Amino acid sequence: MGIKRRAFLVGGAALIGGGLFAVSWSERTATRRAAKLVALDKAGVFQTWIRISEDDTVTIFSPHVDFGQGSVTGLAQMAADELDADWSKVVVESAPVNVAFANAPLAKGFAGELLPFSVPPFLQGIVGSSFAMIARNLPLQVTGGSSTVRATGQMGMRVAGAAARAALIATAAKRLRVREIELSTANSRVLHAKSGRMLRYGELAAEAADMTLSAEPKFKDPTAYRLIGKPIPRLDIPAKVNGTAIYGMDVQLPNLRVATIMAAPVRGGKLVGVDPAPALGIKGVEKVIQLDNAVAVLASGYWPALIGLRALSPKFSDGGHAALSSSSIAAAQAAKIKTDKPDHKSGHGDVPAALAASGVKLLEADYAVPFIHHAMMEPFALTAHFKDGKLELWGGVQDPLHSRKVAAEAANISTDQVTFHPMIMGGAFGRRLPGYCEIIGQVVQIAKQTPYPVKLIWSREEEVKHGSYRPQASARLKAALDQNGRIAGWSTDYAQSEDAARETRFVYEVPAFALRHYEFSTNQHDGPWRSVNSNQNGFYCESFMDELAVAANEDPYQFRRKHLPPGSRHAAVLDDVAKRSGWTTPLSAGHGRGIALVESFNTIVAHVIEASVADDGRPRAHKVWSSVDCGRIVNPDGAAAQIMGGIIMALSSCLDEAITLEQGAVVQSNFHDYPLLKLAQAPDVDVHFMQSNASMGGLGEPGVPPTAPALANAIFAATGKRIRQLPFRNQSKA
Amino acid sequence: MAIDIEVNAKSYLIEADPATPLLWVIREELGLTGTKFGCGIGACGACSVHVDGEIARSCLIPIAAVAGKRILTIEGISAPNGTLHPVQQAWIDAQVPQCGYCQSGQIMAAVALIKKIGLPSPAHIDEAMTNICRCGTYPRIRTAILAATGQAAVAVQGHS
Repeated sequence: MGIKRRAFLVGGAALIGGGLFAVSWSERTATRRAAKLVALDKAGVFQTWIRISEDDTVTIFSPHVDFGQGSVTGLAQMAADELDADWSKVVVESAPVNVAFANAPLAKGFAGELLPFSVPPFLQGIVGSSFAMIARNLPLQVTGGSSTVRATGQMGMRVAGAAARAALIATAAKRLRVREIELSTANSRVLHAKSGRMLRYGELAAEAADMTLSAEPKFKDPTAYRLIGKPIPRLDIPAKVNGTAIYGMDVQLPNLRVATIMAAPVRGGKLVGVDPAPALGIKGVEKVIQLDNAVAVLASGYWPALIGLRALSPKFSDGGHAALSSSSIAAAQAAKIKTDKPDHKSGHGDVPAALAASGVKLLEADYAVPFIHHAMMEPFALTAHFKDGKLELWGGVQDPLHSRKVAAEAANISTDQVTFHPMIMGGAFGRRLPGYCEIIGQVVQIAKQTPYPVKLIWSREEEVKHGSYRPQASARLKAALDQNGRIAGWSTDYAQSEDAARETRFVYEVPAFALRHYEFSTNQHDGPWRSVNSNQNGFYCESFMDELAVAANEDPYQFRRKHLPPGSRHAAVLDDVAKRSGWTTPLSAGHGRGIALVESFNTIVAHVIEASVADDGRPRAHKVWSSVDCGRIVNPDGAAAQIMGGIIMALSSCLDEAITLEQGAVVQSNFHDYPLLKLAQAPDVDVHFMQSNASMGGLGEPGVPPTAPALANAIFAATGKRIRQLPFRNQSKA
Repeated sequence: MAIDIEVNAKSYLIEADPATPLLWVIREELGLTGTKFGCGIGACGACSVHVDGEIARSCLIPIAAVAGKRILTIEGISAPNGTLHPVQQAWIDAQVPQCGYCQSGQIMAAVALIKKIGLPSPAHIDEAMTNICRCGTYPRIRTAILAATGQAAVAVQGHS
C-alpha cells in the first residue's frame, strides 16, 4: 500500500483505453471521460474512482489533494471497505485534473444536502452563485471547507466501492453458475462457501467493469466495517519521513529556470519603474520581468534570482492607500458599528425590547482581532511551461481544476490547452484556493517570456507581506440578564469585509438574538483562514458568554449548560469536556481553567484549557481537553490529529500572531516578527470523540474556534484580567 | 570557484558563487529536495541538515563555509539497505506528519539531539526542538522522540 503519484514528467502516454463501462448514477459522458483518463491496459475501471488490476491491485483515484489532513487515506478507507478490498494492495493516485472528476451529483450533495446552507461564502466566486453554475463549475477538486470526507467520501467513494463489489459478485455468479446470494466477499476475493471455490477480484475486474453499475448499491452494515472507523496508518506518511515526498517547491524539470518576485508593498499599488541593470550584472540572472504591480527576476536558480531581485530598486505607487494603518482600521470599524446601519442582519425575537426591559442587567463589550497570516510552511512555488501554444503547470493548490481555468484565462488560451499537475501541499489552510493564488497569474506572465519551464518561488518575505489574511475585525456585544440570571437578549454587531452569518452558529437558547454585519473593506485581500469566520466569532461569543457568567455570578460551565437544551448534543459535549478536565477540582496556584463551546462545519467542539501567566507576562496553556461530536468518524487517529493541529495552530495565532498595516503596507516580513508557536510552548492535548450517529461533520477546522476564547477565559480565571483583543502577547497580572 | 563537499557519503565538486547557501546547492545542484526551503533566515528549521555531525540550518550557510565538510541530509539517514532510522520509524509509528513539509528538518533535529544526549528528557526536547511546524504536530513529535529512545511506547491513537 502507498500513495503513488502520477509521474509528472510523463505526458498522457499511460492513458490507454481499458475496461470502459456505463454508469447509471452520474453523467455518462463525464464519467466515460474520467474512465478514459484513469484506465490502464487490462484493468477494470469502476465508476470514476476505482481501478482493479489483474494482480488485484486496487487503485483509488482521489480528486482531492492532501495538505496533511489525512483525508485522502480516509477516502481510500471508505471505498476499500465497501469494496471488501485487500488493504495491503490498495494504492491511491491523484485523479487527473479534469472536469470529469467534478460531477453534478456530488456538486448537488455538497451544495444542497451536506451543509445547512448553500455554498459557503469563501467558496463563492469559485463556484458562482446559482445552482446551475455550481453543478457545472463546482470543482469537486476543491479541498476545503472540511468537506473532503463528507462529500466525496460519503457520496462518491462509498457508492463506488459498493457498486463495484456488486458488479464483481454478479460476474462471479455468472462464471461459477451459482446464485449471487451464495457468494460472499473478503480481501479482494469472491468466495463460494458451499463449493469452496474462490475468484480473485483481479480475475473478474475486466469483465465486471463492463457492467452497468447500480446508482444505489447496498451498503455494508456499519457493524461490518473493517476499515471505516479504524485508526489506519496514513498512506502518505512514509514518503514524508524520508524526503521522497515531492511538493510544488520540489519540481525538477530539464532546463528549469527559477524566478522570484516582489509585488508592490502597498496592495493596490503599481510598478512605476525599475532599472534592470543591477540584477542583470549578477551571474545566473537572465531577465528582469516587469509586471503591472510587481517585478520578477528570472535566473538559473533561486539564489541568483533572489540576490538579483534584492539588487533592484523598483518604484511602486501606493494605490492611494498610504493613510491606512491597523489603528485607523480599528477606529473606523468601531465608529461604523456605533453610527451606521448594518448591511446584513439575522436573528430572532425583539432584541431592543429585551435590552430595554426594566430590571435587567446590561452588559456591553468591544472585541477586536487583527489580520492573521496562514504561514503555510511551504511558501508558494508554481512551475509553468509554455510550449507550442500549450501551458503545463505543476504545483500545490487546493483546487487544481479551477486553478487550471485561472491559468488559461491568464494565458488567454482555452482551458483544454492547459494541463495542471497537482502536487502535495506544504500546508494550505485556505491560502491555496484559486481566488487567492496571485502566483498563478504571475507565473503565467513570466513563463510567456521564456522558452524554458520556470518555477516561480515566493520568498518568505513575499509570502508574509502578500497574504490573503483572516480579516481584521471589530465587534460590539451587548446582552441583558434577567432577574434569574438568564440571558434575555443578545446582540453581536461586527465590522469586517465579509458577512459571516452563514458560518456563525449561535448555539444557546435565548429569547432574542441579533447578528448584524457592517461591511468594512480595506486594501487587503481578505481570505478564508482555517475555520474562516467561525474563528473570530467564536472568540467574541464565547468570551462574552464568560463575561455574562461572571456578571450572573455563576460558574461558566453551568451558566452555558443552562442555556442549552437538555439532552442536546451540545450539552453532552460540554458535560464530557467538563468531566474529563476535572472542571471543579483544585488547581495549582496561579492557574485557571477556561471553557468554550463552538459549532462549526457541522461539528460541535468544546475545549477546557488550563493556563497561567508567567512572571514575564506571557500566557501559557498547560493542557487542553477537547470533546468533539463530528458524527461518525472514518479514521479516529487522523481525526484526533486534525483537532490537535487545529488547537495548536489556533493557540499560536491568539498568543502572538498579528499582521499590521502602516502607511498601507504590511509591517511584518518573516518569522522573526511574525512568530509561530514552537514545541516548547505546545501544551498536551487530550481529544475525545463522542459516540455519535449524527451526520458527518468536518474535522480540519472545528478545533480552531473554541481555542482563543477557552484560553482567554482561563487567563481571566487565573488573573482576573479579561482579554478582548487578539493577540494576547504579554499580559501583566492584574 | 570549485568547492569540495561530501553529502550523504558522496563527494561532489560544486561550481557556484561561494555565497550560495548550502540549501540551494543541495536542492538545485544535487537534486536532493527532501531538505526544504521555509524562511531563508534560519528561523524555521525546515532546511536542517547535519554538518560534521552537528545540526545546522542550511539556508544560512554559504557553500564556501562547508568546503571539505561532511553533510548529512534526510535522504542519507536510512541504512543503505533502506531500513529506516529509528527516528523515522518512530515518526511513522506515532503518525507524526500532517502536511509533512517541516518534517525532514524535525527528524534531522531529533536525530542530532539523540546523538548528542542519548536519552533526552522532555526538557531537553523542549530546548532542542525549535523547528516550526504550522500543522501543530508538536505533541506527536515529543512522543516520537521518547519512543525512538525507548522511553515511551507508541501505538496509533484510536481515541485519545
